[in-house]
Amino acid sequence: MSYLNEKEIHGFRHRILRLTGEDVSKCIQCGKCSAGCPISPEMDLQPNQVIHLIQINDLETVLRSQTIWLCASCQTCSVRCPEDIDVAQIMDSLRKLAVEEKVPIGEENGMKFDEFFLDSIRKRGRVNEMEILLRYNLAAGQPFKDSHLGLVMLAKRKLSFSSRKIKEVCLIKEIFKNSKRFIKE
Amino acid sequence: MRVGYYPGCSLESSAKEFDLSLRAIFQEMEISLQEIPDWNCCGASPAHSLNEELGMALPYRNLVKAEEAGLKRIISPCPACYSQMRHTHEKVGLDRSLADRLQKIVGKEYQGSSESKHLLDFIKEDIGLKQLKSSMKSSLKGLRVASYYGCLTRLPGVKLDDVENPVIIDEIVEVLGGKPLGWSHKTECCGASLSLTRTEIALRLLRSILEAAEEKGAECIAVVCPLCQSNLDTRQTLVYKNKMPILYITQMIGLTQGLGYAKLGLDGLIVSPRDLLRKRGILEK
Repeated sequence: MSYLNEKEIHGFRHRILRLTGEDVSKCIQCGKCSAGCPISPEMDLQPNQVIHLIQINDLETVLRSQTIWLCASCQTCSVRCPEDIDVAQIMDSLRKLAVEEKVPIGEENGMKFDEFFLDSIRKRGRVNEMEILLRYNLAAGQPFKDSHLGLVMLAKRKLSFSSRKIKEVCLIKEIFKNSKRFIKE
Repeated sequence: MRVGYYPGCSLESSAKEFDLSLRAIFQEMEISLQEIPDWNCCGASPAHSLNEELGMALPYRNLVKAEEAGLKRIISPCPACYSQMRHTHEKVGLDRSLADRLQKIVGKEYQGSSESKHLLDFIKEDIGLKQLKSSMKSSLKGLRVASYYGCLTRLPGVKLDDVENPVIIDEIVEVLGGKPLGWSHKTECCGASLSLTRTEIALRLLRSILEAAEEKGAECIAVVCPLCQSNLDTRQTLVYKNKMPILYITQMIGLTQGLGYAKLGLDGLIVSPRDLLRKRGILEK
């Protein structure tokens, strides 16, 4: 006779607990996180649904969702949760898990933006906003998006093409090389 | 007074006027700022979104550099930079194995001796509102200001004011002779980087913030975040029919200290505050 093992029932929840210290079994599904979420109208899963899907071990649905990439990390859900669950931190770990598990990314542009941002730091130690904007809009297939804004900002010298590096940029590259996606896994 | 300064990347480009005005008002109050030598980006949201350890190692290096330079207090104007610094400082103090890891990655140890302060905290606690008042040469003349905090008070590591109804910017506005307004959207989200990746979402949020400010009679909005400022300022014409200048609180302070329009970077704002400031007699015609 075959029967479900512990991992098949609670694996996802335990993994989130291990990675973040947050226990979603405390969630009473009050919906306060979703009610206060500024992005909820555009999300494919509401924040409380994400928590519920973790409880019922549905890794696929959660990691493929747009929601985890639309979360703006504003922390409203975390400060309002009556059970003190840090929902925003869970969203943060879900983004990393989606990359780690190599699932199709639900909101690819969100991830691309993050990658270009980090690449700019890796190369220079600091961010060059102009470079990120250009690379992002090219990759997103919309090279002229916001070009009017870009021109206004260039004229006001709020953007520049300068590619100044910090002195210890080699150390920054080392830091990038040696940093682990998850501290606790 | 000498104090450490971590401007962060935005203040070198899109938020240059925040840096300009901050330096100008500090000079006026005879506080000298010493930048963290060779500082790096804090990593902001993309770092903690994709790589947890990187999100702490980057601020850790800045803490090390600050400590090496003997900077006991560091002011961060940008909420994201401040949150990353503060959060890392706290975590390192609580978790020995994390501290060891970060030390190994960065190659130097942070002893925990640098206190990060957000600009607002520094103004209130270290400069003091009385001292601020004594640096003023004129006032905001009853200018109706909606103070906008965004997610500042809720970010990890930030312990500043009430989480849902902060008043620290309002207190400063009042000292400056402005009229702080009670309004509904003080801590609503500006959409952050969604303004690039999902612009329509950010526009929805920005419109509701601008309209909520207008509903209470605001003539302008005061901010302390480069991203909030940039979103509300650069994309305003797309969602809002009137003009709502978005000023950094440091620019408002500078105006009352009699510092010049350009010196405060006010000409760097997309929605120009010039007409408003002239009309209200804050700026000479």
